Amino acid sequence: MVQPVIRVAGLGKSYETAAGLFPALKGVDLDVRPGEFIAIMGPSGSGKSTFMNLLGCLDTPTVGDYFLAGENVAHMDKDALALLRNRTLGFVFQGFNLLPRMSLQDNVALPLVYAGVDRETRQAKARELLAKVGLGNYAESLPNRISGGQQQRVAIARALVNEPRLILADEPTGNLDSHTSEEIMRLFEELNGEGITIVLVTHEPDIAAHCKRQVRFLDGQIVSDQLTTGDSA
Amino acid sequence: MIHPMLGEAWLAMGANRLRTALTMLGMVIGVGAVVIMMAIGQGAQYAVQQTISTMGSNLFIVLSGSFTTAGVRSGSAGAPTLNVADANAIAELDGVVNVAPTHQGTRQLVYGSQNWSSQVIGTTPEYLDARAWNIVNGAGFGDSDVRSATRVAIIGKTVAENLFGDDDPVGKTMRIQQNPFIVIGVLGSKGQNLDGRDQDDTVIIPLTTAQRKVFGTPFLGSVRMIMVQAESAETMPRTMESVTSLLRQRHRLREGVPDDFFMRNLSAAAESEAETTRTMSILLGAIASISLLVGGIGIMNIMLVSVTERTREIGIRMAIGARQRDILSQFLLEAVMISFAGCLLGLLLGLAIALAINAFTGMVIVISGSAALIAFVVAAGVGIFFGWYPAQKAARLDPIEALRYQ
Ligand SMILES: Nc1ncnc2c1ncn2[C@@H]1O[C@H](COP(=O)(O)OP(=O)(O)O)[C@@H](O)[C@H]1O
Ligand SMILES: [Mg+2]
Repeated sequence: MVQPVIRVAGLGKSYETAAGLFPALKGVDLDVRPGEFIAIMGPSGSGKSTFMNLLGCLDTPTVGDYFLAGENVAHMDKDALALLRNRTLGFVFQGFNLLPRMSLQDNVALPLVYAGVDRETRQAKARELLAKVGLGNYAESLPNRISGGQQQRVAIARALVNEPRLILADEPTGNLDSHTSEEIMRLFEELNGEGITIVLVTHEPDIAAHCKRQVRFLDGQIVSDQLTTGDSA
Repeated sequence: MIHPMLGEAWLAMGANRLRTALTMLGMVIGVGAVVIMMAIGQGAQYAVQQTISTMGSNLFIVLSGSFTTAGVRSGSAGAPTLNVADANAIAELDGVVNVAPTHQGTRQLVYGSQNWSSQVIGTTPEYLDARAWNIVNGAGFGDSDVRSATRVAIIGKTVAENLFGDDDPVGKTMRIQQNPFIVIGVLGSKGQNLDGRDQDDTVIIPLTTAQRKVFGTPFLGSVRMIMVQAESAETMPRTMESVTSLLRQRHRLREGVPDDFFMRNLSAAAESEAETTRTMSILLGAIASISLLVGGIGIMNIMLVSVTERTREIGIRMAIGARQRDILSQFLLEAVMISFAGCLLGLLLGLAIALAINAFTGMVIVISGSAALIAFVVAAGVGIFFGWYPAQKAARLDPIEALRYQ
């Protein structure tokens, strides 16, 4: 059997609040195999972002285990987590999160700076990925010169620059109109076709219909996990 | 790793030019002040050293008279207690290199229609040896001139210029107290002494001539002062002691009777003067360094603001793989660059002002490479020291918290 890209077992996360410890995630189990394309769904406040932040190694769980490509991430130190964020996975945010003062090319190349890649390779790689997401002509532009949909493409190019096998996206189409959202989803489909595993959060069924598998959260727990059926697409 | 970071630090500095410039200004003023103060302080030290080197080394003088309990010299108005025989006896002592009895005072000089008032020193040829004073034009007088009280004079540069103008003074006759003197030599220039007196405004004549023709002392053979040059700084105290006991013996002073002469160690006085300027120089530098400290605090302040403003940027960088040390070095580099740029400008400004001070006031300034080096090391140090806390604060941010920051 193929090793899962992600294996989550009894994963829990509680936040310290003024009212006491708040359990945002309560014992979640999930396996993600290579090449899967999963939509995480559920109402607002159901713990989707909390879960994605854990998968993205941006946060550490209160309890449980998280194996990323076979390694237990749950107890790694900050530098090891930074390394995973840099090399093993790419994260796409709802709000794009590009650095406003940098050209698109420099934005895309930034993860390579932290990977210690030389300048020539960084620039070549960034140009290649900008071309791949259809923005080859905008390499020197600043982020505020292009539309939201284009910014999200740049963010996806940045997530891809270190050739990760896994892309995580928290509501990547949340700030985009339906037409642009469709385009972004087609880009994800294309990437998934190339063998990249994708996990994305959405609460729109139309968006989720692009994915092969849909996992539904409610109150910090998974309540359903099913393959996308033909008629909902 | 550092290379792309440099470009980014440059971008960040350019993003808010006015703020960067104002922050830098603190360093510019700090470094500028240190450079100017060090230039002035070292200049003063240099000037004192120069002056001391013109004085002659290991000198002390024996003066006629004594200290009363109140510290006021008494007896100087009366008959001088020292004489030429005392000087000759001192010359026989071990550890004494040169002895020159002198008698001096200010007198009017006349040459043709020119008048000039100057210090006239009556002494022996050893005086010039003790003071390491050479003759640049003509010749000095010898012991025979002292024995036969000839009317010859050696003049300093200032006298030569003011009395003789463009004429060659050697061979010319000038008058001191109506007595004609033939100028036989011109002294090399020594500049000012520690009290600011022009040492070149001097006329040196044989002691005997001075006593008989110029100062008209009623006690022939007596002198007010004897200059003594010791072998070395180490043997000087011992030499002074033996001079004391010799003179007490010669003057038949019984035990308990106070000395009828006193001594002053010129070299020690000069050393303490040098020490004073050195202390002053350090003090100036220390005061100037305080402004450097203020500049550093300015950098720390602006870096703290910058870290807060760029919290979200830090979160993004962390999300794509920046480690704590990457964030730390980014902000540290920015602080050091601001500090360095400020330092460079401060160095140039300080040099310009120091040179201007020299040009307009004639004050001696010394610009040393070590001052520039110190300024740069300090700038890097200030950048790292004051940049550390803000950079550390940035590096320790939690990625999720930072990303959520609006
Ligand atoms: N940092 C936090 N501190 C306290 N509570 C939090 C924090 N982050 C999220 N929560 C709470 O955890 C729950 C899940 O949040 P989240 O994972 O963001 O939900 P979703 O993304 O599904 O809307 C919510 O009730 C939210 O208020
Ligand atoms: Mg959310």
